[in-house]
Amino acid sequence: MDALTLARLQFGITTVYHFFFVPLSIGLSIIVAVMQTFYVRTGQERYKSMAKFWGKLLLINFAMGVVTGIVQEFQFGMNWSEYSRFVGDIFGAPLAVEALVAFFIESTFLGVWIFGWEKLSKGTHLAAIWLVALAANVSAFWILVANSFMQHPVGYQIAESGRAEMTDFIAVITNPNVLLQFPHVALGGLTTGAFFVVGISAYHLLRNRHRSLPMFQTSLRIGLIFGLVAVSGTMIFGHLQGQRMADTQPMKLASAEGLWESEDPASLSLFQIGNEQDRESVVNIRIPSLLSFLTYNTPDGLVHGINQIQAEYEQQYGPGNYVPPAIWLTYWSFRAMVGAGAAMALLAVVGLFFSYTNRMSQFKWFLRLLIAAILLPYLANSTGWLLTEVGRQPWIVQGLMTIDQAVSPNVTPAMLWITLIGFTLIYGALMVADIYLLQKFARDIGHEDPQSEMSSAAQGKNQAPLKSTY
Amino acid sequence: MDLQTVWFILIAVLFAGFFLLEGYDYGVGILLPFLGKKDAERRVIINAIGPFWDGNEVWLLTAGGAMFAAFPHWYATLFSGFYLALFLILIALILRGVAFEFRSKDDNPRWRALWDWSLFFGSAVPALLWGVAVANIVRGVAIDADMNFVGSFFDLLNPYALLGGVLTLTLFTLHGALFLELKIGGELRTRAQGVVKMLWLPVTVLALAFVGYSALETDMFANLTVLKVVGLVGAVAGLLFTGAMIFTKRYGRAFLGTAITLISTVILLFWTLFPRVMPSTLDEAFDLTIYNASSSDYTLSVMTVIAFTVVPIVLIYQAWTYRVFRKRLTVESELEY
Repeated sequence: MDALTLARLQFGITTVYHFFFVPLSIGLSIIVAVMQTFYVRTGQERYKSMAKFWGKLLLINFAMGVVTGIVQEFQFGMNWSEYSRFVGDIFGAPLAVEALVAFFIESTFLGVWIFGWEKLSKGTHLAAIWLVALAANVSAFWILVANSFMQHPVGYQIAESGRAEMTDFIAVITNPNVLLQFPHVALGGLTTGAFFVVGISAYHLLRNRHRSLPMFQTSLRIGLIFGLVAVSGTMIFGHLQGQRMADTQPMKLASAEGLWESEDPASLSLFQIGNEQDRESVVNIRIPSLLSFLTYNTPDGLVHGINQIQAEYEQQYGPGNYVPPAIWLTYWSFRAMVGAGAAMALLAVVGLFFSYTNRMSQFKWFLRLLIAAILLPYLANSTGWLLTEVGRQPWIVQGLMTIDQAVSPNVTPAMLWITLIGFTLIYGALMVADIYLLQKFARDIGHEDPQSEMSSAAQGKNQAPLKSTY
Repeated sequence: MDLQTVWFILIAVLFAGFFLLEGYDYGVGILLPFLGKKDAERRVIINAIGPFWDGNEVWLLTAGGAMFAAFPHWYATLFSGFYLALFLILIALILRGVAFEFRSKDDNPRWRALWDWSLFFGSAVPALLWGVAVANIVRGVAIDADMNFVGSFFDLLNPYALLGGVLTLTLFTLHGALFLELKIGGELRTRAQGVVKMLWLPVTVLALAFVGYSALETDMFANLTVLKVVGLVGAVAGLLFTGAMIFTKRYGRAFLGTAITLISTVILLFWTLFPRVMPSTLDEAFDLTIYNASSSDYTLSVMTVIAFTVVPIVLIYQAWTYRVFRKRLTVESELEY
């Protein structure tokens, strides 16, 4: 394999892996902060136990997100030096701001929260977890500002040197792309956190250990409420992103839909087997007019097909292949993401109905379904990014620079093999350790006082699980 | 002062913060398997840096981000050039970061040992390699007309750079031992004092040797500017002060001494470079300077406003955390948990 392919593979692997952890940190930190707020407001130990139980899982996950994030920051310079030289003015700025305004707060106050249960007033300690949750979301905003420039460059000019230079910082951070992408991603994170809480709570309700039941009944309901709100919001912003894509990245829209030829009115493909060589579909089950409706809110309207956009881009940018490398991947990623989102919305509605009518424990099959549903947000998050980034190809910055111009010229395939194998091995091993710990602590309802885990007399001992982790 | 100079200074400040803060927690990580004989002792040692290490590491991440934003060519040349060294640093930082979180989550002694040694290697490897990297930057590396590094990984392992690496490794260890002396009590504290006494002389000799070698390999002594003299005097005086304080058992002041040395070293090395950021050994014309490597003035001014607003706030709340966690830790105080 050549250096470009290896560098792309490495970016794909390390990024998808990094994003297994990030959304859970973003979402679960908010949910833990809310639980701890209940504790501080009501004084009920039940909420403290909840904050500590979910907080421990948050910490295991957080560490993985942090360490894999360092690789991301270094990787642009290591493998994509030409890209870094080209966009550093614009792309480097949000990365630096992210470190300054988010990473410092996150890392400092996470330490304060972990070690501060006994050293700080309740209010100050609560502020620490809120700062962590806030900073995790702020961090997502800044990295998405950087990503949005790749999808839809704004606020720049091409200088004499050939480099992209920032001309309008406000335009860069209010990129219409990020204004939709940020809520989509942040709410996707909240969805991930919510279904994580829902699934593990369902596990404990199934196990039916009397002592911990109230805690997990409450957790389950909190999770379902967050889940329903978050997944609905995620879908709304996702839909709006799709409509924008018709303007700014029509090729991505066409490849998400497997639309080879322009149509007016455009039909929505439900199941397709395509021939990517000849750029046509072999089998295609379609609903007439639906794609036009989804794109323009009217039953008709022209949606551009892959072949027409390719011809148009050849006119505009010169000869070349402007079709993403794997239409099957964008097409099925899109369907997996939307399908997972719809399934989560349905589960949350049914779950809330069972929860509020106090019938949850009668439906064991449903509780089992909720455990399995922990995986749905992960599926949606990963396929969402695959669509976003594969659908952008061959551009690294839409319309300005292609990926083959972006790779480091002095990094050889041998060097890339070393790092690719090294990262893959260590990431694989860490995944095993991470899942081992998560399942261990997700099952473990703690070393609490045998009489009553809620009793405030047990407060001192309640520190045990968390404190002993260091 | 032009914006490029402002950002050169800011990146020097970030590196100084990184050396000063992460320096001691690398040192503590290196000492962990040797000072902590029992599991409870190791936990105390880890707890001494537990609330701080992650915040310390962000100084490095911010330095990297600031380099990317302010001097994209510096970031691109350095990171693609020092490729395998950075890969090793990344592996080390990954293992180290999860080790803090994972080690005590299982009682199995082999599990604990795995993460204790991850903490050791995860601290020792970057402590060594950052010294190697910085010494290579100051010495100059093979950079071509397109600003790309054209040497090999093994060119980076020259004697001067290796001496630099051994110096940061041992200096961080001394700095970390002094930090432990201030943060922990009992038997462990006595052991930390032993390490401090053992390390001071070798570190001082290595530091003087590095300065001497720099005279041959770099422009350190060519046109001595005020800041270079300040850095040089500070670096040497800091260590001598540390020695005097160690032998009069005033360890707080001894820590101040290594802190002064670390900050002065960054000043000395950065102003040996200035206004270059990565000199080329192939041709002076290929040197990366703060001017040919920088972002546009617009980006630099935006980033200046943000940095000057945010950095003081960061300093305030990070200082506050040292107040919150000022209590000395002992095996007894931890065992109740």
